[in-house]
Amino acid sequence: MLRAIRAFFADREVLEVETPLLAARSATEPHLVPFETLFRPAGGGAGLQQRLFLQTSPEFAMKRLLASGLGSIYQICKAFRNEERGRLHNPEFTLLEWYRVGFSLNELIRETESLLRGLLTPSRPTIRSFCCDYRSLFEQEVGTDPINADFPALARAAERLGYPEAAVLCAEARPVWLDFLFSQGVQPKLADWDLVFVTDFPACLPSLARNHPDNPAIVERVEVFIDGIELGNGFHELADPVEQARRFEEDMAARRALGLHEPEKDVRLLAALAAGLPDCSGIAIGLDRLLMGILGASHIEDVLAFPVERA
Amino acid sequence: MALISTSEFKGGLKVMLDGDPCTILENEFVKPGKGQAFNRVRLRNLKTGRVVERTFKSGDTLEGADVVDTDMQYLYSDGEQWHFMAPETFEQHGADANAVSDAVKWLKEQDMCTVTLFNGSPIAVSPPNFVELTITETDPGIRGDTSGGGGKPATLETGAVVRVPLFVQTGEVIKVDTRTGEYVSRVK
Repeated sequence: MLRAIRAFFADREVLEVETPLLAARSATEPHLVPFETLFRPAGGGAGLQQRLFLQTSPEFAMKRLLASGLGSIYQICKAFRNEERGRLHNPEFTLLEWYRVGFSLNELIRETESLLRGLLTPSRPTIRSFCCDYRSLFEQEVGTDPINADFPALARAAERLGYPEAAVLCAEARPVWLDFLFSQGVQPKLADWDLVFVTDFPACLPSLARNHPDNPAIVERVEVFIDGIELGNGFHELADPVEQARRFEEDMAARRALGLHEPEKDVRLLAALAAGLPDCSGIAIGLDRLLMGILGASHIEDVLAFPVERA
Repeated sequence: MALISTSEFKGGLKVMLDGDPCTILENEFVKPGKGQAFNRVRLRNLKTGRVVERTFKSGDTLEGADVVDTDMQYLYSDGEQWHFMAPETFEQHGADANAVSDAVKWLKEQDMCTVTLFNGSPIAVSPPNFVELTITETDPGIRGDTSGGGGKPATLETGAVVRVPLFVQTGEVIKVDTRTGEYVSRVK
């Protein structure tokens, strides 16, 4: 799999890069919990110690490389997320992340599909895929509008699907409602398809995607699913440092509301964006889950030599 | 009892849900890459036997349930209660019809059963997987028919009715699998 991925990008003249796994800043997203450690210079006193984080994704560092003018780049690396363990999660996992300078999100989706089809072809006689916007898919499977429905309407939709407890869990947080209803109500329906690309996410789930140029209700974000399992997230990358700083502030506010610690925002990323991030689209694919899809495995430990309990 | 967090949920753990003791069957961690983590949990209500699914936010807690499975000997029934005794402590417990439920038709005096105690009181009774019971009534077998065929109903000493082969006669002792309610063999 790794050899085929490297050949795919070599053919397209995308440069392989490496960025630090251990860095001074962490992602600000409220639902990502980083591993934290201390860097101690030899012989240094406590005052010289520096707090470092294992990276939850190489996104910020790769964007700094893009801003420095490296052109299209890709990376295969480990990523670390604390508090995540389950049938589809191991706290240490492998990501393939790449950025294409000058690509629209649609061009990136086509390239992603071509890569995934190539990797899946030997193990699957036919590969069924489709691309759909978030809102239509959500309306079709959940029966309500993800963007405009009020909270009682979302609660009624959850109750119809058999989740009366959702009203208490999700309360008045639309992102939580959408995550809940999408993962419980929509994702299982995607399991009949080898690959599904869901585009045009609601603006309340922006992550690091650009706002849509014509429609303020949505952002230019795509999520790809294999057999109904989330495989990756892609964006037409946000390049506006002011908007990025605003999203950092939003994340911090969400963290404060949840009583979580507030990481320092990555000023080096903001400086890179201010210097100029080229127009580009990027995506990250979970390689452990892709390998599960290739091998037909149902548990992530089936594709790991040593899951965290035995690492 | 102590509070137990979703990350500690695993098959077999006993917790309180909506006032009833439940046993956890399955706990699936659900987390969109960029989103809120949930735990989708399947539980069996130990009072009703019903299986329910419930979603929790990761990190939510449930109260542990004081539930223990104990091997006890069935003693007798007084019509309202079925009485069991723990063989080591000689402690006795009376279980009501709700707790005994379907197990009633397999209960034979002196047999060892699994009694589920919640806060010290029986809430469920599981009979042994195999019981040996005497047939109190069945149609006489047809001459020459020694095996196979459709079988016939037989009433057992506890009142249970099972299908038995045609050659099995009233007064014989048979072995029955209580999980399926099926005849296994004759006991000599």
